[in-house]
This record gives sequence, C-alpha cells and structure tokens, in this order.
Amino acid sequence: MFKTLLRRYELHNIFRWIFIQLGILPFLLLGAILFFGLQEEHFLSSLNITNVLRHSTFLIIIAMGQMIVLLTAGLDLSVGAIVGFSGVITALILKSLVLNDPTSFAYAMPIALLCGIVAGMLIGAMNGVGVAILGVPPFMMTMGTMTSLVGVSLSFTSGLPVTSIPDRYMEILGYGRIYGIVPAIWITGFLFVLTWILLTRTTVGRYFYSVGSSIKASQLSGINTIRQLIFAYTFSGMMSGITGILFLARTGSGEALNGSSYTLQSVAACVIAGVSLFGGRGRVRDVLLGALFITILTNGMNLTRVESYMQQIVLGIVLVTALVVDRIRARMLE
Amino acid sequence: MTSYVNCRARSKQLLTVRNVTKSYGRFVALHKMKFDLQAGEVHVLFGENGAGKSTLIKIISGATCPDTGTIKVNGQAISFRSVNDARARGIATMFQEFSLAPNLTVEENIFLGAEPAVGIWLKCRERRRLARKVLASFEFDLDIKCEVISLTRAQAQMVEMIKALMASPRILILDEPTASLSQRETEVMFSLIKRLKADGIGIVYITHKMKDIAQIGDRVTVMKDGQYVDTVEVQQSDDQRLVKLMTGRTLDTLYPKIEHNPGPVSLEVCNLTTASGAVCRCSIKICKGEIVGVAGLVGCGKSRMARALFGLDSIAKGAIFVRGVQINNPTPRKMLDLGVTYVTSDRHKEGLMLNRPTKENLTLSSLSLQTLSFKGWLKLNNERWFAKTLGKRMSVTPLDLNQLVAFYSGGNQQKIMIGKSIARCSEILIFDEPTVGIDVGARIEVYKLLKELAKSGVAILIISSDTPEVLNMSHRLYVVRDGTVVDEMMKSEINQTRVLRGFFGSETTSSLNRRPEGASV
Repeated sequence: MFKTLLRRYELHNIFRWIFIQLGILPFLLLGAILFFGLQEEHFLSSLNITNVLRHSTFLIIIAMGQMIVLLTAGLDLSVGAIVGFSGVITALILKSLVLNDPTSFAYAMPIALLCGIVAGMLIGAMNGVGVAILGVPPFMMTMGTMTSLVGVSLSFTSGLPVTSIPDRYMEILGYGRIYGIVPAIWITGFLFVLTWILLTRTTVGRYFYSVGSSIKASQLSGINTIRQLIFAYTFSGMMSGITGILFLARTGSGEALNGSSYTLQSVAACVIAGVSLFGGRGRVRDVLLGALFITILTNGMNLTRVESYMQQIVLGIVLVTALVVDRIRARMLE
Repeated sequence: MTSYVNCRARSKQLLTVRNVTKSYGRFVALHKMKFDLQAGEVHVLFGENGAGKSTLIKIISGATCPDTGTIKVNGQAISFRSVNDARARGIATMFQEFSLAPNLTVEENIFLGAEPAVGIWLKCRERRRLARKVLASFEFDLDIKCEVISLTRAQAQMVEMIKALMASPRILILDEPTASLSQRETEVMFSLIKRLKADGIGIVYITHKMKDIAQIGDRVTVMKDGQYVDTVEVQQSDDQRLVKLMTGRTLDTLYPKIEHNPGPVSLEVCNLTTASGAVCRCSIKICKGEIVGVAGLVGCGKSRMARALFGLDSIAKGAIFVRGVQINNPTPRKMLDLGVTYVTSDRHKEGLMLNRPTKENLTLSSLSLQTLSFKGWLKLNNERWFAKTLGKRMSVTPLDLNQLVAFYSGGNQQKIMIGKSIARCSEILIFDEPTVGIDVGARIEVYKLLKELAKSGVAILIISSDTPEVLNMSHRLYVVRDGTVVDEMMKSEINQTRVLRGFFGSETTSSLNRRPEGASV
C-alpha cells in the first residue's frame, strides 16, 4: 500500500517535471495519438501516418515563418494569401513556358519555382517595409496585403483555378519519392534545420529575439532594427511561397484561396507551442510539434467522422485550454 | 519634540508582522522577518536591492501570500486574498511603477474602480466636485481634466498618491516616492506625508536616499539578505551606522578618489539645439580619461542633450565632434561604431530585454565583434565565456547566465545593462542616471567601475539628478538649466551652493510645471 503510494508520487513528480520543462504540447500530442489510435484502427496505419506527415508539411513550413514574425512582436496575416499567390504565379509561368515549347520543361520548372518563391519574398518584404519604415501596425499592414493579394491572384486567373499543370511537375514535387519519402517532407526537414540554425547559431537570428523583446534596447545596442523587421517578414513570405509551390504540386490546381485556412492555423500552431504574441520568446522545435498536433487533431477527427462544424468547435476549445494550461505552467516556473 | 500628542498617537500598533517566511522555489526571499508599524509614524524599510523589501511589501499589500508566519492588523491575525482585500482593510500601496491609466484624465484616474455612480450611470458632476475638493484639500494645483500622459512624473506621482488615499487607508505603503522627484517636489511630498502622519496614518516608506530618512523617518528597519537586522530610532542613529548595518561597509568609501589626467579632447558639442527646443545652444567637451558631470533638475534638458548627440533626438543646429572629426546626422549605430556609447536611464524600456536570459543581454551589444561571431555565425562557446567573465566583472550576484533578467533585482539589472554597454570597449561613455533606483552596495560597485574605466583612458560623461553623486564623482562639472549650460567648474571649485544657484538661477520658476524628459509616464 505504502509502496504503491510512493511509486505513484514519484511518477507524479516525473510528469510534473516534464510538464514544467516541455509544456503541455508533448502531453497533447501523446493524448491525441493514443485517443485516435484506440478509436480508429486506420489511424496508426503506415498509409495514414505518411498521409498525416505529408499533410502537416504545409502548416509546419508556414508556422516556422509565422514564428519568426511573432518573435519580433509582429503578426503576419498574409501568409495564406501568399500561398495562393505564389501557387498561381508558379502555375501560370510553368504553363505558359511549357505551352510555348513543350521540350523546355527542364528549365521551365526551376524558373517557375524561383518565380513563385521570389514572389512570396517580395510580398513579405513589402510587409516588412510597411511595418519597419512606414510604421504601420503589423496587423493592419498584413491584413491589407492579404486582402489585396487575394484580389490580385483572382484577377490573374480571372477567378478560375489554374489547372492542367504538367504531370512531371506534380510527379517531382508531389507524388515522387526520394529514398522512399515524399519530397515535401525532405524539404520541410531541410527548412526546419535551416530555421533552427538561423535562430540559434547566427547573429541575425538572435536579433529577431532582441527586437521582439525590446526594440528600443536593440536600437541603443546598435542593431539595425529596420533590417531585422524586413528580414522577418521576407522570411515569412519565403516560407509561404515555398508552401505555395508544394501545395500546387500536391493539388494540381493554382487557386487564389488555396492557403487561406493556414493563416490563423499557423498563429495557433505557434501560440500552442509557447511562442509569445508579445515577441521575444519561442522555440522552433516546439512550433514543429504544435503544427503537427493541429494536423493530427484534424486528421483524427476526419477519420473518426466528426462533423466539420464540430471540428471547429473542438479546435477552438483545445487551443484556449492549451493556453490556459500554459499560464499555469508559467506560474509554476516562478 | 516628543509632545504628549505625538506619544499617544504613536502608541497604537497598526501592523505586526512576525516570523514571516517566503520562498520562490529554492530561493528564500524572506526568512523569519519581523516588522511593526504604529499609528502616525513613518517607518523606513532600508536595505540593498534584493534584501527582501519588495517581497515584504508584496505580502503586506496582499499581492502575494507568505509561506509561514503571521500578520496582524489592529491586533487581528489575517491573511489577505488579494490587493483589493488588503485595501478593504485599510492598507493602500503606492508602487514605483504607476498604476495610472495614461489616457484617462486626472479626475477619472483618481476614482478609477470606485466611481460615484447610480447603477451603471456615472455621476460626472459629483465626481468632478469631489475631485476638486480632494485636490484642494491637499493644496495641489492641477487641472483635473488633464490627461495623465501629459503630466510630469512628479505630478503623476501626486495623482497616484491621491488615488491611494481615496480609500482612506490606515496604513500607507510608499515605494521610493521621491526616486524621480526634484528637490522642491520632494518637499511638497514631505509636507503631504507630515499631514498624513498627523492624521494618525502609519506609513511604510522604502527609500535608498539617506537624506529622506533623516528628514522624514521616525524609525528604520534594516534588512539584509531577506532577514531582519535591526530597528533603530532615526534620531539616535546616523548615516554611517545605517550603511554599516546594511552592508557592513562604511560610508567614507562610497565615492572613490579618482586621479585626473585628462588627455586630448574626445567629444565636443558646440551650440547644440534640438528640434524640440528642449536643448538650446548647449556646449560641452570631454577629454580622454576624464569624468565630466552634468548636474541639473529633473527635466532641465540635460538628458535630452545626451540623447540628441547619440542620435535619439533630432538636432536643429549645432555641431558634434568625435576626436576632432565632425559628425553629421548622428544615429545610434554610427555613434557606436565611433566608440560612443549611451547608457540609458530607463533600464526597463530601453536598456534590457527583460524576458530573455542574462547571457543574451550581456552580449547583445557585442555580438558583431570578432570574438563573438564570424560573418554572422555565433561562436556560442565564446559567448558563454564572454558573458561569464563580464557578469563576474560587474559582480552580478548570484550570476546565473540562463536566468531571465526580469527576475533580477534593480541593482543587478543595472549592472547587467552597464556591463552590456561597456563590453564594446567604447572610448566615450555617456551615463544617464547611472545609479537610479539602486542600493548603496551596487552603487559602490558602479563607482568603482567608473574609476577603473577613467583610469584606462575612457572619457566619461555622467548625467545625474542625484546631486551628491555628480558633485563627488566629477573632475569637471557642468550645470544645466532650461536646456543650456549655465555654469562650469573644475573639481576644486565644485561646491553645493554654487551648483544650487546654477539650478535655480535668479528667477524662481516652479519645477513642477516642467515637462518630463523623454516619453512620459
């Protein structure tokens, strides 16, 4: 009797320690996997696991960009619109190049990809200039960009999806395998390592945190805060651009509204991962888990045939609960 | 002096604190603390930063609960659930950080949370009448329709105090009420405190200023390392004894002797006028290895002058020379590259990243140096070593490189901020209020550091509203009034009367009506 009590106490302490060190996220992930695993046998099938991982790549990439903007005490609401825009740009350029000369695919594809990514970066840079130099609040600046950008994409495509993308494109970036793993996962892994190195090993990364913690202190310490802010939004634009071309390869159609659901989801993924909305705090590792968790939750609910309205309710409740628990953790840390 | 009335008023025990212990994790902030307060007395809490004064105040004001121990108010043992609970029992607190809403008017702020109302409808006329009455009863000449953001720090402090007094408390806690006040404003504050005393209110008074204790205190409780040291009557003690109780050091060593070996001129400012007009035709110069002081009242423009030359305020006219080379359109980056560093007076807003670890704060200014990075790649091992050495040099105690700066005491935060600024090995250092809100122990360490820096050939400019500090530390002293230099004296010529004459000039303008420095409140 006494022994079991003691053991339970130790176990309780271990959980407590993990909770204080890592936060609520590992528990949520574990809980979601266990719950859906028991509810639906297909959930843990290798096919579904690949499917979830592949599907989560979009949100992970966008959330990593969003995170860097949040670190600087900003907010990027245009990520979803950029996903759609870069997809449309890539699709249009690819189609027109291939249409002119069907043998040109070998160079048409890199050009189209580059254009898609650069388009994202340019839009991001524009956000950055608006926030850093013109002093527009990030919320308004990026909301304005979002609104107009959707309009631009729609007018480029006359409101219709751009379809009949060359199969080779979809095969290389969408369905193909490299060492048995889809390219999107390789790319996500690469971008994760890149972001991690950027944030922990470079001065530029460190300055994102400093600008978000105290922009005044950063200025007085000789940091070019304007450059940092523009960097942050450009980086976020780049990540959205990359997601745009991957999304295109996966769905085969370039649409203005392709990524619109990712905007708020990416903020949610960051916040659930402990990234502060007031800037200066957050780790990319946690953001990866946060994005993964949201995808798993959605996928699990789809498999267990939860209605889509119900899904939204659950997502909202889980998000708020996670934040409340995080506040409790912050108090335990003190 | 001790009249019959005074004796009777002081006989009533308002507050008794016994054996109170509070710890945060492994860190024991308060250990078996005792404290008592009688009606009609000013009881000063005195101790270094981190001695546990703030924790004690938080417990008395209901902001936090003690782990063990008893608190009695009027002989009744109680435990507060919240600040409001404590307020309902007659304990009001005036914190250093203002609890005023900057965009509301004076009148709205005074009644915030206790508006005269019927149901949800405000009784505006009633409120205005009451507000006028209260201000008049304290003899404050303030426009009650004025937004708090447009007040000076001193005026805002008065509003804060009136707000605290609206609940007609029996116990009033004042946390460094004179920290940012000029001499005159301090006197107004003191006369108010004396009136409250006469009304039988017990006042807990936290300060680092010796002068305040002598002028207004009745008893002093000295704390050290979270523990009770002693309680002494002010009349039976002196500064020497208090400092010794607090630190184990004597006061003679507060200001070090610094040799004066001026080299060539490092920084020269000619006829500087800012676009805002706060600084007008100001000229100063600093030589290598020299400590130059700038004295002046709060809001006289002395700080604006430094901010302008560092590129934080726009300049209308005038020239700046660094080692003889003229600098046009200074920006912080440009000045830092030239070896000029400005150490701000506002460590929370402009100096530190409060929610980042100590290590990152210490190295922030120096990351671009070759020891810490190569083409943008951080050298993490070097950084840790660099921060550790710097933290030790600045005697940050206890030094924990991973701790968030927000959890450090004011003295340690100041040391970290100064450490960050000097790490770049600048040749010209501008200190704006280098010891604002820090205790004697940390002060001595800052002064020692200034001495070392001057000795190694750094040109130092100290801008300070703490007059004894600039009087004692400077080799040469400028006095600033209304944005311009009105007097300059060498070490041998410095005396208090001449400095004060410089402060006030011939005419007697009320310093209460001056605008605050930088962004207010």
